[in-house]
Amino acid sequence: MLMDTPDETLATAAASGDRVAFGLLLERHYDRVFRLAWRLTGLRAEAEDLAQDICAALPAKLRNWRGEARFSTWLYRVVVNAAHDQRRRHATHARAATGWGDWEIARQDEIGVARAAQDWLAATMARLSPELRDTVALTLGEEMTQAEAGAVLGVSEGTIAWRMSEVKKRLRAIAAEEAR
Amino acid sequence: MTDDFEALKAALKTTAAADPAARAAALARAMENFDLLQGSPGASRLITSPPSRTGLLMRGFTMLKSLNSRPLLAATTSVAALAIGFAVFLPLTSHAPVTPKPEVAKQDATTKPQPPATTEADRYAATAGTLAPVETAPEIPADAPTALDSLTEYAPSATVAPRAKKALTDTGAPQASREMDVASAELAQPEALMQPAPAPIADAESYSLPLENTEQFSSAPANPVKITAEEPVSTFSIDVDTASYAVVRASLNAGVLPDPQSVRIEEMVNYFPYAYPAPEAGQPFRSSITVMPTPWNPGTRLVHIGIQGALPAVENRPPLNLVFLIDTSGSMDEPNKLPLLKQSLALMLGQLRADDQVAIVAYAGSAGQVLAPTQASNRTAILTALDNLAAGGSTAGAEGLELAYQIAATMASDGEVSRVLLATDGDFNVGIADPEALKTYIAAKRDTGIYLSVLGFGRGNLDDATMQALAQNGNGQAAYIDTLNEARKVLVDQLTGALYPIAANVKIQVEWNPATVAEYRLIGYETRVLAREDFNNDKIDAGDIGAGTAVTAIYEITAPDSPARRSDPLRYGTAAPASDAPATDAAELGFLRLRHAAPGSTTSTLIETPILQSTAAPSEDARFAAAIAGFGQLLTGATYLNDWGWDQAIALALAARGADEFGYRIEAVNLMRTAKALSAR
Repeated sequence: MLMDTPDETLATAAASGDRVAFGLLLERHYDRVFRLAWRLTGLRAEAEDLAQDICAALPAKLRNWRGEARFSTWLYRVVVNAAHDQRRRHATHARAATGWGDWEIARQDEIGVARAAQDWLAATMARLSPELRDTVALTLGEEMTQAEAGAVLGVSEGTIAWRMSEVKKRLRAIAAEEAR
Repeated sequence: MTDDFEALKAALKTTAAADPAARAAALARAMENFDLLQGSPGASRLITSPPSRTGLLMRGFTMLKSLNSRPLLAATTSVAALAIGFAVFLPLTSHAPVTPKPEVAKQDATTKPQPPATTEADRYAATAGTLAPVETAPEIPADAPTALDSLTEYAPSATVAPRAKKALTDTGAPQASREMDVASAELAQPEALMQPAPAPIADAESYSLPLENTEQFSSAPANPVKITAEEPVSTFSIDVDTASYAVVRASLNAGVLPDPQSVRIEEMVNYFPYAYPAPEAGQPFRSSITVMPTPWNPGTRLVHIGIQGALPAVENRPPLNLVFLIDTSGSMDEPNKLPLLKQSLALMLGQLRADDQVAIVAYAGSAGQVLAPTQASNRTAILTALDNLAAGGSTAGAEGLELAYQIAATMASDGEVSRVLLATDGDFNVGIADPEALKTYIAAKRDTGIYLSVLGFGRGNLDDATMQALAQNGNGQAAYIDTLNEARKVLVDQLTGALYPIAANVKIQVEWNPATVAEYRLIGYETRVLAREDFNNDKIDAGDIGAGTAVTAIYEITAPDSPARRSDPLRYGTAAPASDAPATDAAELGFLRLRHAAPGSTTSTLIETPILQSTAAPSEDARFAAAIAGFGQLLTGATYLNDWGWDQAIALALAARGADEFGYRIEAVNLMRTAKALSAR
């Protein structure tokens, strides 16, 4: 395995049991996974946990690799989905009670915690809905085009465009609120 | 705002370097799991309990294919709708929220649903110990794209086959590392399987695919034929639910015969509005009893009992001026938002009186009057205006609200009630300069007699609190509409101001006359059957009836001399009737007792009516109800239907279609046609 072997070839090899290929693939992509996880969660500790979970599950995940997309796109998808699952787990406690009131309170708590941590990014991200967070992380963070982000998230380019305008609206609202 | 956007961009661009230690740990864990997966010696053991990934994906694909090939499913071909279909299965059954189990795609779309016995996910959950991927009361908005992703990830391809065997070993790999179990349970699974069902999508079943069949249906075996001599009394609670029909419709619209467990015939029958005679003044109910030939059995008869609840006060209510203020922002473009909203409002129109007025204001970007004040009798104009609403643009709620109030003010005249009905997905904060001022404004309008109600559509709403506050100040109600049933409840309630329950604990008891009825069978109501002694026990709860509700029950009865009698008469006869028994008229088939309590009261009153041999031709309503009862039985096994099949059911329903103002009945006929086609495969 040479260093310039394409990701896709490595992934296919790894999927059929090539240990070296798998190791190489991980080496190449861990940083990318961590970075996106960090952008999606906004918090380093969570991103590290998430990245580790993803790595741990990657051998099994690779079985679904069919070489139909670029490996990086596939991997982004894995990360985004894992981040969703993580959010859901976090949210479960609050939602296990009932009703939207609780959910909203939990969400406000999340915002509060992030704010207490003096982390503007995390606080801001926490105020965006999961869809908007994903979209922002991919387009602004990973500098994907709207088409690429759409491919990862499985939505149309137009949806991404609409979401970005929603993000701007939301940011405006947040700013107005904080100004008061 | 641009600053914030740029700041967010900059913050996101800041490269967070991975911590080397964390990186090393993650890589080590990955390699460890990789090795574990490679050398799994447990492969052979697993063959006996295959959660075959290949099977899973092949079925998923088959499902997709069959989906696409069905023109019926045009509605599902939009990406979003399709994906949502996977995640949703409607908790319409009015029971505890269904816990979605991650077993979605395993379902073979063309066959009957499997019982949710041991699913792959269950096993994962078991091995993982904690963090079972089964989540409760999911309220996260549907994550459609993700669900779709995983489907495509699982679509078969040439490269899959060689790996299929390995996939089998997956769960059997020695689970040395607990973390790995957890991780694979959570991550290695197809994401679609992990999706919690999103907010229930209404009645908008045409969008949903009943792929997940882990729903728990309240069900009981079909009521058997009872022998009058042995068990002359049949007791049950009325059921005004209609959820089962919605589930059946969802299945059929998705091209799958419904799970027989999900079919509750009485709910299907009760779904339809019937024009039973209204009760006389002062009476809460009126029961209409029709005896008619059984469509599917010449040797038996159907006893059709229609109970019509009174509709008090509605006649006297003042005319109502309604302004629908409808959010048509881009975010409303989801199946359970704008389309459901249209359906709901159309449903509500049926409750309006001719002298009521309706106006429609849409707000998205800029607010505009879509429909000038229009008499409710001009249904076509209103429905057309509703239909033409399309989502697009951003939200400017406050502006629309002002316009809506202006219009409402022009509509109001003395003694009339005016109400603005704000329908939104809650994205209402944009454009409101000062929420406090807005509340004051709404409260001031309330004092002039214009009320505000807020209807929330879709879940994931972050401005619930605002909506509640607005509605409270507007002397109205904030309600979430997630299903059409909910829409009906909320909208009808509010509209008439009179749709309070008119009777609680409504129970029906029929005593059959052994001289005229040898056998009887109650069609449906399996889950509502009460013990005979419960009838007079007011502590035993039963169904409630709202104003104007109609409830239908159908019995199939067999005369003693009928060739269709299933049980032979006893050679030694039955016990002689008690000598003090009333000399029952041979014209009397049975005796209907109906017990109900006034709302809030715990003491019930009794209404008694004899069931007479009637010769009057059955009404269209009765015949249509019979057709639907037949439809339900065809879906649940048709034990008693002889050769009577889909064609006969369709013909009967068509002939009894009546005016069918809202197209409910023709929809049912079309569902029967679909079911016929599906069952012919």
